[in-house]
Amino acid sequence: MNIVVCVKQIPDPAAPPAIDETKGTLVRSGKLAMDDSDSYGVEMALQLAEQAGGGEVTLVSMAPNGETSGLRTALAMGAAKAILVSDEALAGSDALATAKVLARAVDRVKPDLIVAATESTDGYTGTTPVQLAELLGFPSITFAKQISVSDGKLAVQRQTEVGYDEVECPLPAVVTVTAGVVEPRYPSFKGIMAAKSKPVDQLTLSDLGLDASEVGATGSGQEVLSVVEAPQRASGQIIVDDGEAYQRVVQFLQELKLI
Amino acid sequence: MAVGRALVVVESVDGQALPASLELLTEARSIAGNVDAIAWGAGVAASLASEVGGYGAARLFDVGDVGDSLPGPAVAGAISGIVASGDVPEVILIPTTYDCRDIAGRLSVKINRPVITNVIDLEVGDGGIRSVHSLFGGTQIATARFTGDKPWIFVIRAKSFVPLQSGGPAAEVVPVQPGDLDATGAATITSHHVESQTGPKLDEADVVVSGGRGLGSKEAYAMVEELAELLKGAAGASRAIVDAGWVSYARQVGQTGKTVKPTVYIACGISGATQHLVGMKGAKHIIAINKDQEAPIFSVADVGVVGDVHQVMPKLIEAIKALS
Repeated sequence: MNIVVCVKQIPDPAAPPAIDETKGTLVRSGKLAMDDSDSYGVEMALQLAEQAGGGEVTLVSMAPNGETSGLRTALAMGAAKAILVSDEALAGSDALATAKVLARAVDRVKPDLIVAATESTDGYTGTTPVQLAELLGFPSITFAKQISVSDGKLAVQRQTEVGYDEVECPLPAVVTVTAGVVEPRYPSFKGIMAAKSKPVDQLTLSDLGLDASEVGATGSGQEVLSVVEAPQRASGQIIVDDGEAYQRVVQFLQELKLI
Repeated sequence: MAVGRALVVVESVDGQALPASLELLTEARSIAGNVDAIAWGAGVAASLASEVGGYGAARLFDVGDVGDSLPGPAVAGAISGIVASGDVPEVILIPTTYDCRDIAGRLSVKINRPVITNVIDLEVGDGGIRSVHSLFGGTQIATARFTGDKPWIFVIRAKSFVPLQSGGPAAEVVPVQPGDLDATGAATITSHHVESQTGPKLDEADVVVSGGRGLGSKEAYAMVEELAELLKGAAGASRAIVDAGWVSYARQVGQTGKTVKPTVYIACGISGATQHLVGMKGAKHIIAINKDQEAPIFSVADVGVVGDVHQVMPKLIEAIKALS
């Protein structure tokens, strides 16, 4: 079974986010790392390919600046190869433009299954995988907390407001995974060394037959007008517990007439 | 009015509209001259017509029974059919629920229009509508707008608006068809699993007590449940302990979980990652108990106790028991 995992490379989420003053968008020109949310999809895909007794896991990603360090992380986990669509014209692409690019790239692999995170950690639009499914004409199951594949059928436990539903569909299909669907492995030293020589196929928009006007900031049909500091909550009372701090909480709940 | 016509996607359970959809119908009235709704489900149109009419919808587009299928492709197909027929809404408002996010994604491609998601407010200004977004755990506020052709698709977070009835008459029910879905409509639900939950609903409770990784173990979550019960509230959780399998996803508060706006939110052993703050920052009062004085949760707390939940919570629980 051949599986594509959509992987996003994002600015370090632990560092303070940098906003482009004129465009109001996240600055992505610095060093990028694999979005942690994608490690679950990579792990799930590796396990499903293994259970199917063969097939490859291919990563598909896009970045305006040719960054590959995040992809190397996923290759070190065990993915076989990667396709990186890299083109300056991609800067500022929204979710729909991104899905159009990914659809063309995925179509080259003709996978049985496409795995993505439910949403990225930096932009969290959360619609790209379903847009990708619609562009490819595939069914999709989002918010998977457990996945199995047998006899050309995808079976998923999908989160709901009150629990979960068992949902199934025929392959090829798109599935989005939540954190917790599997425990991602850490790349081994051997994996990290092997990743250095795994193929990363870099494609441009013209390689995919896409026009620059369809993607990037120009093809995205939306703009950020302003980003300002949010009004801060008035600072509260912080007390270090000396064994009696609970009494302050009791008093506060009494002031609010909750007890 | 900023626009002529708005279409609101109405998700329902047992023939009743979700509050998130009623919030959007309310907001639609203040941005559009005409408000329509679209809903799906076997036989729900009759009861929903009066409910959505009472919130200002003139027409209720009825997709009808979608069987066991996930509704995303069918509802998106029906909306794209409405748009293709020339009866074009200028804005489409969609609540942030599991099924409605699928609808937004499918629809975006079908009508080739972008989506703006995670909206917490809409502002009417010259030239149209601006969306408001909370970024980076609520430390920044962004405004955005569409620059291309309508319809504009906004996906809006729950509890962004207060639902208010308009007292309008029942909406006119207009049957609509999903059109040809081919393989895209092939995902079907084979069974439902409801995880039992007692007490008030997490997103409706006046008091929410949530636990995080600082609890140290699954067993310690019992303290969170006990405190919630004593305060007649609901028990919530951070993503960390949901991912760890300590509690079910239905209890998760945050970006990927529920948005709560209780009178009091008590965070126990929760550091306050961006992902969590987004879901609870709207609480009227916040109490935090955490070992790490540097934890971001303290920046939003009215009362913060720097201490071990295993020391503080048992005393707190005993004290409340003694008072009640």
